[in-house]
Amino acid sequence: MIDPVLASRLQFAVTTIVHIVFPVMSMGLAPFLVYFTYKEIRTAKPIYEQLRRFWVRIFAVSFVVGTVTGLVLEFEFGTNFAAFSTTAGELFGGPLATEGMMAFMLEATFLGIFVFGRERVSDALYFLSSVAVALGTWLSAVWILIANSWMQTPRGYEIAVEGGQQVVKLTDPMAAYFNPRFQYMFLHMQNAAVESVALFMAGVAAYYVFRHHVWGYPVEHPEFWQTTLKIALVALVVTAPLQVLHGDLYARHVYETQPQKFAAMEALWETDSYVPEYIVAFPADLNQLFDPRTKELFGIGIPGGASWLASGGDPQATIRGLESFDTEAPPVAIVFWSFRIMVGLGFWFILLAFWGAYRWWSGDLYEDDLLHKALMGSSLLGIVAVEVGWIVTEVGRQPWVIQDVMQTSDGVSQGLTSAEATFTLAGFVTGYVLLLALYSYVVTRLIRAGPPAGDDLRSASDEPAPSEVSADE
Amino acid sequence: MSSVASLASAPLFGLPLPELWFALLFFIFGTFLFLDGFDFGIGILFATRDDPHEEEVLLSVIGPFWDGNEVWLVVFGGALFAAFPAVYANLFSRYYLLMFAILAALGLRGLAPEMYEEREDELWRRYWGYAFVVGSALTPFLLGAFVLNWLVGSASIITLTGALGGLAVVALTVVDGAAFLGLKTRGSLRDDASAFGVMAAVSYLGLVVATLAAVYATAPDLRPALAHPVVVALVVLTVVLTAGYVVAVRRQRYYVAFAAVAGLVAGLVALVAVVMFPHVDRATGITVSEGIVSTLPLNLMTIMAAVLLPVVLSYFAVLYSVFSGPLDEEEAYG
Repeated sequence: MIDPVLASRLQFAVTTIVHIVFPVMSMGLAPFLVYFTYKEIRTAKPIYEQLRRFWVRIFAVSFVVGTVTGLVLEFEFGTNFAAFSTTAGELFGGPLATEGMMAFMLEATFLGIFVFGRERVSDALYFLSSVAVALGTWLSAVWILIANSWMQTPRGYEIAVEGGQQVVKLTDPMAAYFNPRFQYMFLHMQNAAVESVALFMAGVAAYYVFRHHVWGYPVEHPEFWQTTLKIALVALVVTAPLQVLHGDLYARHVYETQPQKFAAMEALWETDSYVPEYIVAFPADLNQLFDPRTKELFGIGIPGGASWLASGGDPQATIRGLESFDTEAPPVAIVFWSFRIMVGLGFWFILLAFWGAYRWWSGDLYEDDLLHKALMGSSLLGIVAVEVGWIVTEVGRQPWVIQDVMQTSDGVSQGLTSAEATFTLAGFVTGYVLLLALYSYVVTRLIRAGPPAGDDLRSASDEPAPSEVSADE
Repeated sequence: MSSVASLASAPLFGLPLPELWFALLFFIFGTFLFLDGFDFGIGILFATRDDPHEEEVLLSVIGPFWDGNEVWLVVFGGALFAAFPAVYANLFSRYYLLMFAILAALGLRGLAPEMYEEREDELWRRYWGYAFVVGSALTPFLLGAFVLNWLVGSASIITLTGALGGLAVVALTVVDGAAFLGLKTRGSLRDDASAFGVMAAVSYLGLVVATLAAVYATAPDLRPALAHPVVVALVVLTVVLTAGYVVAVRRQRYYVAFAAVAGLVAGLVALVAVVMFPHVDRATGITVSEGIVSTLPLNLMTIMAAVLLPVVLSYFAVLYSVFSGPLDEEEAYG
């Protein structure tokens, strides 16, 4: 039996780590789908109908799995973190309720039309549905990140005691909900979603282009995959550099508002100036290899790099070390390595984007087999980067569930028993492994089936074939 | 910030906001039960079909709707959290395993149709079909048990009252699903569904009476509330609407039958709300006026809900009008 506090934390980690995959897919696909729908209606070219219908299927599966796993999170605050919910409900419940009404409803209702209703509505209403779905997915992120950013940098509240329990009282909604952290999180998350989907599209497309052009195997619809590759590359060239640029601003904001998290990102124990940006670091004593909070580190890094990052250009700047805080440090190694993986991937994606763009410009985009292999290998790395990025954000702020207000261990439900918590944790681990396997299986099948083609396309003839009236092929 | 100051000092327009939010919560839950109810009912009726084509038709009927319908439950959770945070925390942690059972059942119901359509082979479809039926039957059962346990303030998640209430809600969803199939299908599928709907309606009536008897027997402090004239009137209304449903289905007036189901759901939800009031969580003794969130966030949420809920209802009006009328033959999946 696992202690209910630890089991609840692990369960929340598992359920969020799995859930975030699906919103990334749906939020990232959303702008592409609006574009495909717009071009399909404007140009009536079959390629855009193929693109729209192919990616809508993947969007729909992602949305369903995202609904199922997202509902769990909304209930989990109450089931496992009842003390947190009671303390913070006044500030935290509102954004969640608003997300449901403003965003999720918009997305879920218009998705019905977007997936099933092509033959039942006018072009204009159909296009409007694609916009409504996209807007819904992004508005969801707005409200969830408003809630999350408040936990990172709480403002606009005061503490009161009600019924013997400490409760957060909302005093200034503008300060609380228009939180300075929100803008960094929103930009970084939404751009990451589009970038991740662009990498996924590029990787899948590269596989078929590679088979067709490099190996010379017969591939159905090579032009479909070529166009997909090009669209994905355009998105990648735009998003990859932006991700690193606002990531830099975001890191500076973390340094200013959550110095303990920043120190964990840099594994800095003693307050110091001219702090290097370690590229790698290891415990000096190998016996401490598996202690995430080991203090004697040996590393290779850029002199003054971390100071430069924290201050926005001054390599001499002083950074507070973890020893200067009263609370226990977060598991530093997890935060440190997650941060490095994320940043490393961010730079790799830029390289990939410009490599692809250069090959396109030089006219041999379809022939560079090394590029194709790199894209295939990177197809899921965008999602990996999002995961490690969230690990930096959420593990890095430990022990706080609300920064400097409430510790995570104090937020867990009082009456929860070890047996209950362990049972549901085991259930989620098993269930979510199966769920991920099932999702991967379905998405793989959809990709293998390829885009709809021929008589199946409505743009191919005036009389729509009966079988294409449904969204399912 | 004088506007914020005034929002913090008194309820918006002097309205009785705690009571309004208590009612709104039950309205949201009722809307969920009515709309997703027909999805559950159709999922249960799926078990009575052997013909692959008919199974496809059933899935196609709920295809565009179920996800939007389920969001009403999301909004219910969010609204409970926002309006009565301590109740959300106490209730959900008290019925810990029940909540996760509901989530698992809902997950199965959501995934199953999507998976069913992925492959054509018989074995795959048979088992995802089972999963769909189990998820569709279990969800309303567990939700009914949850609401009844909440109502009587039970400390345990397994109670006779909860089980009876769960069965009543299952019967109600079949009644609901049969009426919706009356609107969306034709021929023998509709006739069979109607027959099941009538049976379920009679069972529902019996189960409601049995549930009320169980509440009466096991929760003595609720006896005065059960004898309240409004409660008696709601029971009478339920009897009348059930009879009306049966007559409407027999005469193939499916819109009337569907409207009667809406009335039945409203009656059930109102019954629970009236018996529960003035408490919002009997187990902890929290009343509506004690459990309500502070004035400032309450006013903000009221503004949000007043603006957004009519807009949300308009989305549903668009969705249901786009997919109104019987399913076209070629609109079945596959």
